[in-house]
Amino acid sequence: MDGGDEGHPVAAGRTGTLVGVSRVVVDVVLKPEISDPQGQAVLGALGRLGHDSVRSVRQGKHFVLEVDGTPDEAELKRIAETLLANPVIEDVELHLPTD
Amino acid sequence: MRIGVITFPGSLDDVDAARAVRLAGGEPVVLWHGDHDLKDVDAVVLPGGFSYGDYLRAGAIAARSPLMQDVVDAAKRGLPVLGICNGFQVLCEAGLLPGALTRNSHLHFRNRDQVLVVERADTTWTTDFTVGQRILIPVKNGEGRYVGSDADLDRLEGEGRVVFRYADGNPNGSSRDIAGVASENGRVVGLMPHPEHAIEELTGPSTDGLGFFTSVLKAVVSA
Repeated sequence: MDGGDEGHPVAAGRTGTLVGVSRVVVDVVLKPEISDPQGQAVLGALGRLGHDSVRSVRQGKHFVLEVDGTPDEAELKRIAETLLANPVIEDVELHLPTD
Repeated sequence: MRIGVITFPGSLDDVDAARAVRLAGGEPVVLWHGDHDLKDVDAVVLPGGFSYGDYLRAGAIAARSPLMQDVVDAAKRGLPVLGICNGFQVLCEAGLLPGALTRNSHLHFRNRDQVLVVERADTTWTTDFTVGQRILIPVKNGEGRYVGSDADLDRLEGEGRVVFRYADGNPNGSSRDIAGVASENGRVVGLMPHPEHAIEELTGPSTDGLGFFTSVLKAVVSA
């Protein structure tokens, strides 16, 4: 990690200038009604390892975007919903910097 | 008749698709994903493979390529488009066909000769088949499970847009055994199995795949 916690602006040098960069996180998971065989395979492995307390596993994707300046929420929402997730089968959560 | 075959980075079956077009009596035309040029073709085939290594989601990045913007526009004006396997995934990601294709329910890559039942013999790509006909063509995929919400699938079935269903076993857990679907106007068709691999006795399990390509040639001639 380079010093910035998720969701907090970090300073990043770019060709000698200091540019404000924001970190935006996008989480994508399959909709509840879409079966997730990968998550089920992980659950099966956990059971074989003796972790009987885990009842369910859903596998998803976690994107970390570094964005110049202050994030444009509308643009990021569009990015999340039109490329990073497929709204036919996936739900998406956008996490903007909170400072 | 000029049938374009698009090559994306990671396409595998573009050469076989072009060969199928030629054996059916058409003229295959090489199209490149990065161009904005459909070269005045009469129809387009999106071939199988692993465009962009299936990164993000299978077909997702290819669906946003420059040429796909032209394909979407042309399809809305009636250009016939066939998506095979990865090409079907691209068409769903591009919004030309409904639903989505996800990881096979058993998590295995499935590669075998597959029986399909034809449910629509009036799409641009299936007029040389008959409703209820059983055809045998290879299927080979790891992310071929067709899914959609129950409401969407009910609507699709109600509109008669399921073109093929798997028979004698579902290779990937697809909802309602759906192997292929069509656009509302029946000119855009996508399926996971590979008709271009069933065009010659020497190399395929049948020659049933030729029917896709002879069908579109007739449609283009009569158009």
